[in-house]
Amino acid sequence: MPRLKAGQRHEVAFTLNGVAVRGEAEPRMLLTDFLRHVIGVTGTHVGCEHGVCGACTIRLDGVATRGCLLFAVQVAGRDVKTVEGLGGSDGRLSPLQEAFRRNHALQCGFCTAGILMSLDDFLEKNPSPTEPEVREVLSGHLCRCTGYTGIVRAALETAKGNADA
Amino acid sequence: MNEVAAELAREEAYTGRPLKRVEDAALLTGRGRFIDDLPSSAGTLHAAILRSPHAHAELVSIDAAEALKMAGVAAVITRKDVTALTRPFTVGVRQPMQHWCLAVDRVRYVGEPVAVVLARDRYLAEDALDAISVEYRPLPPVIDPERAARADAPLLHPDVGANVVSDRSFAYGDPEAAFAEAPHVVGTTIRYPRNSVTPIECFGMIADWRPDDGTYEITTHFQGPFALHPVMALALKVPGTKVRIRTPPDSGGSYGVKQGVVPYAVLMAVAARVAGRPVKWIEDRLEHLSAASSATNRVTRIEAAVAEDGRVTALRYDQLEDCGAYLKAPEPATLYRMHGTLTGAYQIPNLTVRNRVVLTNKTPTGLNRGFGGPQVYYALERLMHRIADELGLDRLEVIRRNLVPKEAMPYRAAAGSLYDSGDYAATVDLAIGEGRLVGLLARREKARKEGRLYGIGFAAVVEPSVSNMGYITTVLTAEEREKAGPKDGAVASATVALDPLGGVSVAVASTPQGQGHRTVLSQVVADVFGLRPEDVSVTVELDTARDAWSIAAGNYSSRFAAAVAGTAHLAAMRLRDRLAPIAAQRLNVPAEEIVFSGGKVAARSNPENSLSFHRLAGASHWSPGTLGDGVDPALRETAFWSPPELAAPDRGDVINSSAAYGFIFDMCGVEVDRDTGKVSIDRYVTAHDAGRLLNPALADGQVRGAFANAVGAAFYEEFAYGEDGRCLNGTFADYLVPTACEVPEPEILHMACPSPFTPLGAKGIGEGNCMSTPVCLANAVADALGVSDIDLPLSPAQVMALIEPNEPPPPHAAAVEAREPGRALSGEGTATIAATPDEIWRAILDPASLARLLPGCERLEAIDENTYAADVTVRVGPVTGRYTARVRLSELQPPHSLRLDGDGGGTLGTGSGTAWIVLQPADGSTRIEYRWEAEAGGKVAAVGGRMLESAARLLIRQMLQRLEVGAAPAAKRPWWRKHLPLGKGR
Amino acid sequence: MKPAPFDYIRAGSVDESLDALHELGDEARILAGGQSLAAMLNMRLVRPTALIDISGLRELDRAETRDDAIEVGAACTQAALSHRLSREGRHPLLEAALPHVGHYQTRSRGTVCGSIAHADPSAELPLCLMALGGEVLLRSRQKRRRVPAEAFFLGVISTACAPDEMIEAVRFPLPKPAYGYAFDEVSRRHGDFALAAFAAIAGPRTIRMAVGGVADRPVSREWPMLEGAALDDALNAFAWELRGQDDQHATAAYRRGLVRKVGRRVIEEAMRCRG
Ligand SMILES: Cc1cc2nc3c(=O)[nH]c(=O)nc-3n(C[C@@H](O)[C@H](O)[C@H](O)COP(=O)(O)OP(=O)(O)OC[C@H]3O[C@@H](n4cnc5c(N)ncnc54)[C@H](O)[C@@H]3O)c2cc1C
Ligand code: FES
Ligand code: FES
Repeated sequence: MPRLKAGQRHEVAFTLNGVAVRGEAEPRMLLTDFLRHVIGVTGTHVGCEHGVCGACTIRLDGVATRGCLLFAVQVAGRDVKTVEGLGGSDGRLSPLQEAFRRNHALQCGFCTAGILMSLDDFLEKNPSPTEPEVREVLSGHLCRCTGYTGIVRAALETAKGNADA
Repeated sequence: MNEVAAELAREEAYTGRPLKRVEDAALLTGRGRFIDDLPSSAGTLHAAILRSPHAHAELVSIDAAEALKMAGVAAVITRKDVTALTRPFTVGVRQPMQHWCLAVDRVRYVGEPVAVVLARDRYLAEDALDAISVEYRPLPPVIDPERAARADAPLLHPDVGANVVSDRSFAYGDPEAAFAEAPHVVGTTIRYPRNSVTPIECFGMIADWRPDDGTYEITTHFQGPFALHPVMALALKVPGTKVRIRTPPDSGGSYGVKQGVVPYAVLMAVAARVAGRPVKWIEDRLEHLSAASSATNRVTRIEAAVAEDGRVTALRYDQLEDCGAYLKAPEPATLYRMHGTLTGAYQIPNLTVRNRVVLTNKTPTGLNRGFGGPQVYYALERLMHRIADELGLDRLEVIRRNLVPKEAMPYRAAAGSLYDSGDYAATVDLAIGEGRLVGLLARREKARKEGRLYGIGFAAVVEPSVSNMGYITTVLTAEEREKAGPKDGAVASATVALDPLGGVSVAVASTPQGQGHRTVLSQVVADVFGLRPEDVSVTVELDTARDAWSIAAGNYSSRFAAAVAGTAHLAAMRLRDRLAPIAAQRLNVPAEEIVFSGGKVAARSNPENSLSFHRLAGASHWSPGTLGDGVDPALRETAFWSPPELAAPDRGDVINSSAAYGFIFDMCGVEVDRDTGKVSIDRYVTAHDAGRLLNPALADGQVRGAFANAVGAAFYEEFAYGEDGRCLNGTFADYLVPTACEVPEPEILHMACPSPFTPLGAKGIGEGNCMSTPVCLANAVADALGVSDIDLPLSPAQVMALIEPNEPPPPHAAAVEAREPGRALSGEGTATIAATPDEIWRAILDPASLARLLPGCERLEAIDENTYAADVTVRVGPVTGRYTARVRLSELQPPHSLRLDGDGGGTLGTGSGTAWIVLQPADGSTRIEYRWEAEAGGKVAAVGGRMLESAARLLIRQMLQRLEVGAAPAAKRPWWRKHLPLGKGR
Repeated sequence: MKPAPFDYIRAGSVDESLDALHELGDEARILAGGQSLAAMLNMRLVRPTALIDISGLRELDRAETRDDAIEVGAACTQAALSHRLSREGRHPLLEAALPHVGHYQTRSRGTVCGSIAHADPSAELPLCLMALGGEVLLRSRQKRRRVPAEAFFLGVISTACAPDEMIEAVRFPLPKPAYGYAFDEVSRRHGDFALAAFAAIAGPRTIRMAVGGVADRPVSREWPMLEGAALDDALNAFAWELRGQDDQHATAAYRRGLVRKVGRRVIEEAMRCRG
């Protein structure tokens, strides 16, 4: 049974946005710190480190979850998707990102990455949600800037766009 | 509203259009550059701050020796470093109080910084915090402002001799006469709570010290006002040029709050100097919520002299402002920001004000969205509702009768604000018309018929923007002001430059945190040059060593649209005026003939005669020699603008506290659930007049954001403190920021009466709903419940207590514990133990067995008669806390009764408790009656408040079991022992 | 806010986890979804020397019907159970309660058993377990035991699970024909821990209700069929007996009021739902 010792760094290899990456982490290192400061992708933000604000939300094996409540060593061998993996490789925005822009669903943008990742997961599983359903999912995020209106609209518009397409 | 207005109204103008934002592409793809995303130099140390678990205590000693021995720890900064390298911060009132960036002699609020560990990474730095031992001598705290203002209250700053650090009275017009003559005097008392529009990104900074030239360099998302730059320089004992502040490109929200980085910037600058290496500090949420900043809480007594028809002839304010433990610059600005505007939207000629500022053992206050407005309007607009109710008049009618009429604009309010423009009555009409008041009334009637609780609320609010740098000096007497020299104005600055290829760039000192300044500036400047917004690049990072700024710089008091955008416009116009003669020369027409349009510069009468903007704009770089005689190159223009209307307070304390004044009229319908006290917003209408809107989509975004913040303030958010000063809201699980499920979408309506005083006719819009919405909602809830006194936050428990003040009694009174509500943790109980009182007595009095009785006691050593030093590990479920404690037995009446005191501190904070124990013999067993009180401070109180009392009870149960195990002969153990294997489970 | 150091053990099987627990006892903690534990670690409220991660154990990722109960394994997430139930429509009480457990983003990792093990006094799942008279299946290297919910919750975040034991599964009895089930809670914001939560079961001759968020653990009561003022009196007595406390979110009096009113509402709803 592998036991990763405290105080030592251990190699963690995983898939990040479709690309194999590796880095070293102590067992206690939070996934958020690992992604941001070891791997160097800083799009995932940290607002509370106790699971409430949602800024750190990422997709782990496709499932939206809090990055701040995971340890880096837990993602070894797994698939992580962050905001950096949302758009096209040519830098084009995804329909959801476009909808955010159109609907002024962000101001400071600090909460945005987490919300995008939640919706990325949710809309994939629930292609035609109602507004209350969208708000229910968004209740796992805090945004101080927008009052949520634009975010709700962007999510509903994306769903509708996907349905029309 | 002249030429500029005409230009903005041009069909092809970008200004005024709801364009998408240039900021978004980076933010949506994870390429924002927030403070914690920036690269830091190799060798950068990471800081963690040791904070006080006490609300009030003398700082006896700090021992960091163990921490310094730990691997990866480079330095520990303590009071001796800050007293050597800094001086206390400048204070806005003349009082002998000292606020250092690190506690020196005392700690005065929970969370006050006591030491800083610098280590290789944050994890190690936090490990080392645990190894620092600090000895405190607790002092009695004072939390309630009214209590703090009393003569017998514990003093925070003994040198001041009182907790009230400022007490000023003002009179405008003839209020005494108006009150004497008035047929009615209506009053109310408001206790406005503490809250904060806490941003999702916490504070952060990277500080460095350059020994070669003695410069401190600090990169941080400070949002201004840059009047605090000199405050930092003075604290660091260096000239202003030796403090270089840079801001990162992005900031994760501020709403005023990031003004609060100032003391930390000084602290980390010192840390970097001591360590000789750059220092990075990223605040965590626990630190932020417990100790970063807060709006003020305020007790207001407000009275109105009212004529029979509801017209208010005079107002009397008595405001007691609670600024927390220190008066942190620019406080007491919250109290004075609204000073000129205290009569609100109403034509009230007479006013008297008493303003007191009191200090309490709470987090020092600072800027917060709405800044002073929520506190004032909550009182004023509650009062307007009450006037109507007490005089039996229609509420809306009372508001209407008192509104400043359009004809009176510009209107000088009683205390000095010069309302620039507005048609308040028409805005009210717009709100009730398009907002469909009729429908709300019908819904209320229907609901009430069905026995449901439905209410309608209104609020009329004047929203000031672009603060006068002089308003804060109203806290000083005229004589004191004379000595200090006048302070006035609000200088905004902007630079527009042309590059060699003819590109246009704009730089401003507006430090945005999400408001889209880059987008708006690109619109405004593009219009000046006849370009597209994408042709204009805008930088908003500020570097105080290189950029144009003044003390008014920053992002506060809604000054961007009104002042900064206008100043950028001025700079662009000046540059255009320099380009015109160059173009004239090349096109062979007079300069007046030149027009800038569609990326071209052309002759008005012959548009064919043109050249491309880029060619013209690059000309001064490439061929200054060909510009011709008397024609200056056009390369860069920096404009400074300050509204001339912003004079210093006059001898009579008349102060025009802001440059522009918008107007808001809000209306809402709410329903209250009778069973739960939960309030749901049925419809919320908010009508704004913010003058000319530069980008309506962004303006609406500001309204929605402020509205959401206000919903939080109205129903959810409060920084609550225990009587002992413990902070109860250290996490986002306890400080309740509303989510998408709590914030409905407001209906937004606009009027536009452009300001005659600002360059573009724009006014602020971003703070208004923080002022209008809390009271509008409270008015509606008061209407629903038919009550006249109502304070925030309207939590379900608070609302329920209004619906149903008396509850059914318990079936048998004995089952209930008597206790004072809201006090520290306390309880009482009884237990029967299978041992005689003598056996129990011996077990308690013998140190060896006492050690076994105390749950988790690892060491117990007598230090005096019946006084012991103990190491205790307290366990509640998986939570463990190591405490170094003192245990004392007293009031001994063997074998009948005693008192047990314990207090200690450790990794989870502090704890103290007292138990009074009475032993009664009962058939060979003993009936134990006990009463206990406990307090817990620091981390465990801040994050676990909800469970604290249960945890305390659990520990008492553990102790009773041990008592029974320790005292009773094995055979006599009672049955329940087997069923409650406490302290063993996980 | 960073955790103190710990060793990390990724258990390859239940036996491995139990061996590790046996060896480390009190020093180790089981890590399931981490939705409570990681936050407590970050705040350094909990400082185990080792974490035993069971979240990846296939053998524990199950939710199946066995002997009139839904048996949920220790790696089954709240989201997974919720999906399963809404597909099968077999458990109205759990179906109603699960959406109140945190948020979409926490239910995706948070486990059912983790919530039971954590024993937050306001948590919904311990409340349901209590109302239904469910059981917790505990296992150590030496033995397995079944503990009824009534005996499992000992106080605030404290349970009967011994240091060398883990929860292998929990059993939620299936609904019985002719019984009605209802759940509701009052919380400050959507997704918050409840100020008070109620699970009621109305049978042909009895009413049973469990209340969470008021006492230091979920507490249940059973009455013979009551109505009108008699039900009010019973609820009032219950409300007082729970000895709720004031905290920063609500007063004890408010919580008693909820027991009387919302409690009654939930009971009536359960009666209406009776087959
Ligand atoms: C923002 C937010 C909101 C939340 N709101 C709610 C809410 O409204 N209601 C609610 O009920 N919960 C809520 N939670 C907590 C809930 O999400 C957790 O899922 C649950 O409490 C714990 O489950 P877990 O699998 O995450 O366990 P972990 O966090 O991994 O573990 C929790 C505790 O249980 C122990 N443990 C876990 N599994 C076992 C096992 N099999 N055997 C023995 N011990 C074990 C751990 O050692 C630890 O002490 C919330 C959490 C967050 C972050
Ligand atoms: S940082 Fe993870 S939820 Fe706030
Ligand atoms: S956009 Fe600023 S917090 Fe959401």
